[in-house]
Amino acid sequence: MSAIALNLHAAPRHYEDNPATRETPWIKWSIVGVSLLFFALFLLLPLATVFVEGLKKGWDAYLAALVEPDALSAVTLTLLAAVIAVPLNLVFGVAAAWAIARFEFRGKQFLITLIDLPFSVSPVIAGLIYVLIFSTHGWFGTWFADHNIKIIFAVPGIVLATIFVTFPFVARELIPLMQAQGKDEEEAAIVLGASGWQTFWHVTLPNIKWGLIYGVVLCNARAMGEFGAVSVVSGHIRGYTNTLPLHIEILYNEYQLSAAFAVASLLAMLALVTLVIKSWVEWQAARAASDDLRPE
Amino acid sequence: MSIKVEGIQKRFGNFVALDDVSLEFPTGELVALLGPSGCGKTTLLRVIAGLESADGGRVLLEGEDASDTHVRERNVGFVFQHYALFRHMTVFDNVAFGLRVKPRKERPSEAVIAKKVKQLLELVQLDWLADRFPSQLSGGQRQRIALARALAVEPRVLLLDEPFGALDAKVRKELRRWLRRLHDEIHVTSIFVTHDQEEALEVADRVVLMNHGRVEQVGTPDEVYDAPKTPFVYGFLGAVNLFHGRVDGNHVSVANHAHPHLSADLPHGEEVVAFARPHELDIVVGDAHSHGIGATVTRILGFGSQARIELQSEHQPGVPDQVEVELPRTRVRELGLVEGSRVRVVPSQLAVFSRPAAGALATGTAS
Repeated sequence: MSAIALNLHAAPRHYEDNPATRETPWIKWSIVGVSLLFFALFLLLPLATVFVEGLKKGWDAYLAALVEPDALSAVTLTLLAAVIAVPLNLVFGVAAAWAIARFEFRGKQFLITLIDLPFSVSPVIAGLIYVLIFSTHGWFGTWFADHNIKIIFAVPGIVLATIFVTFPFVARELIPLMQAQGKDEEEAAIVLGASGWQTFWHVTLPNIKWGLIYGVVLCNARAMGEFGAVSVVSGHIRGYTNTLPLHIEILYNEYQLSAAFAVASLLAMLALVTLVIKSWVEWQAARAASDDLRPE
Repeated sequence: MSIKVEGIQKRFGNFVALDDVSLEFPTGELVALLGPSGCGKTTLLRVIAGLESADGGRVLLEGEDASDTHVRERNVGFVFQHYALFRHMTVFDNVAFGLRVKPRKERPSEAVIAKKVKQLLELVQLDWLADRFPSQLSGGQRQRIALARALAVEPRVLLLDEPFGALDAKVRKELRRWLRRLHDEIHVTSIFVTHDQEEALEVADRVVLMNHGRVEQVGTPDEVYDAPKTPFVYGFLGAVNLFHGRVDGNHVSVANHAHPHLSADLPHGEEVVAFARPHELDIVVGDAHSHGIGATVTRILGFGSQARIELQSEHQPGVPDQVEVELPRTRVRELGLVEGSRVRVVPSQLAVFSRPAAGALATGTAS
C-alpha cells in the first residue's frame, strides 16, 4: 500500500512534468510568447494608459477631476442605477432560473429566448425602444406627461435601460447550474415536510450560492459600465442624467483628456475589483465542486 | 400503514407510463416493484409519494384518499437512487432536517433532535460520521444516511427508488441484506423499486412484476419464480429457453416432437410459446433416442456442483438457435460430454402460454 502511495506521489502531476507529453521548447515558447504579447498589447497597455494619462497632470489635477460636482453626481447616478438594477435582476434571475430548471411548461423556450434578448439586441436599439415607448411623443408618453412623470431624459429612464441590458446575467449563470444539480435535493426536502420557502432557503440557495454571486458580480460590472442604451435615454444633462461612462465621453469630447482618463480610471478600478472577486468566487465554486466529485 | 392504489393512469406525452394499475400493499410488508427500465415502476413510486400526480385513479393511504394531500403532509419517507443528500450540510444536519423544518409547535427541542439523530445514526451504524459532509462518504454510507434521514420523521411508509442502483456489486449485496434486517427490526411498510430480479427475490416479502405500465404478476418470491403467470414474468426471472409450437392434446408439439406440458386448459391446435429453464432440460446421447432436439455442445461451463452447457441446435422451426442446459457435474461426466458432442435435448417439463403479441416477452431469453 505504501509503495503504491509513494509511486503516486512521484508520478508526474502535469503534462509538463512528463517527457512523453511535453511539447518541444520551440513550440512551447512561441505559443507562450504570442499569448503574452497579445495580452500585453491589447489588455495591459490600454489599462496602464488609463492610469498614466489620468495622472499626467499630477495628483492634484487627478483628484480635482474626481471630486468635481459633475463627476460626483455621475458617480452617484451610476451607483443608484446599479443599486436598483442589480437587486431587481437578482430576484428576477433566481425566479426565472428556478422556473426554467425545475418545471416543464408551455413557452419555456420562448422565455429562454426572451431572457437572452438583451444580449442579442444592440444596446442603442434597446435605448431607442424605451424612447419610443416612454418619451413625450411615445406610446405612453402623454399619459406619463399628464401625471407629471418624466422617464426619458431623466433618472427613471437610465435605471430602466440599465435593468434591460443587465437582465440576463444572473438567470444565464444559474440555469445551467440548477439544471445540472437536478431537483432531487429539493424533492427530498419537500418529502421531509419542508415548506417551499424552507426548501428554497435551506436547500436551493446554499447550492447555487457561488453561481449566484458570480452572476451578481458580472451584472454589477455591466450595470456600472453600460454606455449605449443609457446614452440614448439620458439626454446628457450635466450633473443630472450623466452616468460615469457618459461623463467620460463628454470630458473626452471637450478635449479634457486628463480629466476623462482620471474618471475612466475609476471604472478601470471597478473592473479590477470585479475581476478579483470573480476569480475568488470561481476558485471557491471549483473547490465546492471538487468536494462533490470526490471519489466514493 | 396500508397503501392501496386504484386504477392509476399516467402519461408523459404519448408515452403511457402507468396503465390502470391497481395494487395493495399490506401493513408492515417489504414489497419490491420489479421490471425493466421504462416499465413505470419509478413513476408508480413517485405517484404514491405525491411527487408525481396521476392522470386518473386514486392513492389510498390507510384507507384515506390521498390524491389531494400535499407531499409534505403524506408523511412518507423517500430514498432516492442518487441519495439526494443536502451537500452543504453535515450528516447530522441532514438527518435532523426533517425535524427542524417542522412547524414551531410540533418541533422538538434541539436536545431531543440531537438524541433522535444519534439513535438513527446508530441504527444505520454510522454514528461516527455525524460531523462529515456527504462528499466525504462512500456511496453505501451515503445511502444509509439517506435512509436515516427518511426515517427521522417517523414516516408511515418508506419508499425506496432503486436504492442500490448506483452502488457496485459487492456493496449492493451487503446493503440489501442489511435493508432486510433493518426492515425486520422496524417493520415500516416499505416499497422498493428495482430492475434487479435477484435483489427483488432476495429482499422482498412480495414482488410486483411490471411491464409496459401494467402489473404482470404479484406474489411471494417463490410464487413468481416457480409459477410465472405470464410469458414476460417467465422470461424476466432467470434464464429460460423459449420454444414455439402448437398444442396437440395434452402434449405440445415443437418441431414435430411431442412434449408433455404443464398448462391444462389450452385448446387443441393453439399456437403457443413454451418455456423451459436450463435445469428443466435434460441431455441424452446415443442413437437409441429419436425424441428431443438434436444439438451440438459448444461450451461447457462448470461452476460448483452444477455445469452450464451451451448448445447449438439443429435448425428447426420453433427451436432457438442457442439452447442452455444446466446439469449436475456428475451427470456431465457420466454422459461424457465434451465440446462438439452430438446430443439430443429433452425437456422434462415445458410451461406453455398462448402466443402473445410481439413485444410482450421480456427481452433476451437466456440472461
